[in-house]
Formats: sequence, structure tokens, C-alpha cells
Amino acid sequence: MEQHINIKLTQTVLSLEACSAFVSADNVGGIVNFVGTVRNQTKGKKVLKLDFEAYEPMAVSEMAKIAQQAIEKYEVHKMAIHHRIGMLEVGEIPVIIAASSAHRKAAFEACQYAIDTLKETVPIWKREVFEDGEVWVSATP
Amino acid sequence: MKVKLLSFGITKEMVGSFEKNLELPSGTTVEGFLEILKSEYPALKKLTSLRIAVNEEYAEGNHEIMERDEIVLVPPVSGG
Repeated sequence: MEQHINIKLTQTVLSLEACSAFVSADNVGGIVNFVGTVRNQTKGKKVLKLDFEAYEPMAVSEMAKIAQQAIEKYEVHKMAIHHRIGMLEVGEIPVIIAASSAHRKAAFEACQYAIDTLKETVPIWKREVFEDGEVWVSATP
Repeated sequence: MKVKLLSFGITKEMVGSFEKNLELPSGTTVEGFLEILKSEYPALKKLTSLRIAVNEEYAEGNHEIMERDEIVLVPPVSGG
């Protein structure tokens, strides 16, 4: 059977081409890619790096659930979710989500659903590294 | 019964190590386990949220923990 989802959790640089190529097909009319990037500040404070860690087997299975749900919920043909872990510099890419569909609306909605849900359920954590210390994001009020 | 506890993100610092082997009374539920843990490591009470995964799946409070389960502390996630 043809695979409709592609999930990857890796220490190495993510490839937008690979995500886009996976979801591409003759029966789709559009591909939407979401690319998350490391921002240089949070609440006005300069961020040097982000350090990502994951509970790897569950992070992979939760990302697969999200992709499967997105396909069932919207009329999406294929979805790829790739996430990177380890230390990332400003401007680097921690996440790419690609969705393809016959009509563009479904792919836009599926990408939005996938990134929003990923941020709620996938066991991945990031530490912001500042000039004067480090903080686990969102851990405490 | 023996279980394995893995702590990620900030919880690793709160409980002191990534991996612990624990002895629990049989019949302990996820909710009961959280109570035991929070009394032993009060810092956990400061978290915005704390979920438990058992054998790679999120578990509800009434879920019963079994011998040799892999229990994971899931503080607020922040992927993406």
C-alpha cells in the first residue's frame, strides 16, 4: 500500500525538498509547507540557541497520529512531518510540515492543524539559551 | 512492583536524574503515582502541567500502572 504519511525525528538538518517531494503527486492541486525557524528573541530577550530534546519513540508515534488525523479530518492526500532535535542556532529549522491536496484550502487547514496539535501533544521540549542563562520553554507559569 | 521512570525537560532537573528504577505498591494508578511523586519532589508542583505517559501513550489518572511499565514524566511540551 502507498504510504500517505512520512514522519522523521532527526539530529541532522531538515530538507524542505524531501518533505515537498514526499507529498507531491499527480492528483494534487497544491502543496502547503510550514517551516518553523529559530527566532532571535523571546519577549524582547536575545536568544542565542534552542536546545530540543524528545521522548523519541512517542514523539514519532504522536507525530504519526497527527498526520493520520489531518488526512482523515481534511481532504489531504499526503502529509510529511519532520522535526529536528539537538542544539539549533538562530535561523535554523526545527520543524517542517508539508501537506498536499486536490484543492488548496484543505492543505492550508491541515498544516495549521498539524503544527498547532504538535505544539500541544508531541513530547518534545526546548530550552532557550540566553546570554545569561537557560530556560525550559513554558514549563512554569 | 518495579517500574522505570524517565524524566524529560525540566522534570529531569526536578527529580534529579533522567532514569530511575522505582518500587510501587501494586494497584497504583497514574493519579496515585503523581501524588507520591509530588510529595517526594515538591518542585513538580510548580509546573504549568504534568502529564504521564505509560509505555509510550498518554495515560489518564485512573489508569493502573503495571509491573515493568515505562513511565514518563511529560512537563509542558514545546516542540515546533
